Amino acid sequence: MEIPRHWRLNQQRYGLVGEVCPHCEAKIFPPRDICPHCGGEAKTTYAFNGRGEVFSFTTIYEAPTGFDETAPYTVALVKLEEGPLVTAQLTDLGETRPEIGMPVEMVTRKLRSDGDERGMLIYGYKFRPVMR
Amino acid sequence: MPDTLLKPSRPVGIVGYGSYVPRYRLPAKEVARVWVGGRASGLPIKEKAVAGLDEDVVTMSLEAVRNALKRAGIDPAEIRAVWIGSESHPYAVKPTSTIVAEAIGAAPNVQAADMEFACKAGTEAMVMAMGLVGSGMARYAVAAGLDTAQGKPGDALEYTAAAGGAAFVIGPAEESLATINASYSYVTDTPDFWRREYQRYPEHGNRFTGEPAYFKHSTAAGKTMMEALGTKPSDYTWAIFHQPNAKFPQRAASLLGFTPEQIRPGLLSPVIGNTYAGAAILGLTATLDVAQPGDRILMVSFGSGAGSDAFDITVTDKLPERRDKALKTQDYIARRTEIDYAMYARLRGKIAMK
Ligand SMILES: [Zn+2]
Repeated sequence: MEIPRHWRLNQQRYGLVGEVCPHCEAKIFPPRDICPHCGGEAKTTYAFNGRGEVFSFTTIYEAPTGFDETAPYTVALVKLEEGPLVTAQLTDLGETRPEIGMPVEMVTRKLRSDGDERGMLIYGYKFRPVMR
Repeated sequence: MPDTLLKPSRPVGIVGYGSYVPRYRLPAKEVARVWVGGRASGLPIKEKAVAGLDEDVVTMSLEAVRNALKRAGIDPAEIRAVWIGSESHPYAVKPTSTIVAEAIGAAPNVQAADMEFACKAGTEAMVMAMGLVGSGMARYAVAAGLDTAQGKPGDALEYTAAAGGAAFVIGPAEESLATINASYSYVTDTPDFWRREYQRYPEHGNRFTGEPAYFKHSTAAGKTMMEALGTKPSDYTWAIFHQPNAKFPQRAASLLGFTPEQIRPGLLSPVIGNTYAGAAILGLTATLDVAQPGDRILMVSFGSGAGSDAFDITVTDKLPERRDKALKTQDYIARRTEIDYAMYARLRGKIAMK
């Protein structure tokens, strides 16, 4: 059981909430309280707009435990409009074939359940092809 | 006779609205192919919307509420209630509404609860939100209704039980894109449809779902509200009824004296199915997507068990500037990937894995 960890991660995971550096304006995700660009303290919360593009991707056929219910699925490195790179699943691809540079937008989806069908449901961000 | 309208003392309305329909579509003829040898006469709809593997009422509510917030343009910290109606909440115990409230930034200074009343749980939440805002207890309240409904494999309901829904930010009338002038609820103990605890699929009283349930409650609610308000069908530009299939809402409209043109923008069941708690209110969002300032809208929901909520709504001049701030209901309907019954069985968890 990892309930406290899930609870702390809620904001960051549901809403793509990170930080903005008060010294150099860099947008930071995931939040780490220290700016990776200038080394200054950065604790100001910043909500990303959720838009970005696929930087690279790979399709997983042999999924790790907990993710096997949704296999096969595609994991991408997404470059957010504000700068940071995040790793996340792509979803709602339908007949769309993912490609580098494809514009995507953040959605909150079910990532897995913690353990069996009695466990907690874990929700978090994924990206889908932009709808407009 | 006492005043039976539900009408707050402080005028209220819809500050923002949002919808969500998942992308997968199961044609009704696919269900007929598997269960009745393809006999395709009298199918209740063309196709229904089906949720993806990673979707449920929590994720769908979040997208609908986020769309409503985009249109409302308010600070989520000013929301004092998040109420979500559904018969398919992912947890038996643990509210959908707390997850949504936290994700949109409304927690912790907020009321949160899940509503339940079959297909009218969403409008139940709307009336409660009208009360909270109309009494002055809150400036804003979020009311939503969404479902990922399941029918027993091969049952008549499997053709239509669909996924989707809508959400509203209810607030003061002067900030609203549409004012809610009044509502009226008509409820009786009618055993037309039910699902016992721990049962996966619902039971229904077959023929009992039409006349004594759907039509009686929908028409009584619409008629009583219009009588109390002194309005007639021709006073309304648009009308929306609960839509368990394509025929019922068209017949309810005609019984009350509404024309096919009045219900056209809000009649979505032929192409997305019955989204249960989402059905009437999704029709309202699709109607708001095309309505003009001054248009008057009548909406009547229906929930088995049974009851109907009727609403009298007037569009204000704030609608045109807000409606393009989020995806429209028809944008979601146009996004469409057809699936066969086998993929449907996987998406809906109908394949036993152990
Ligand atoms: Zn910095």
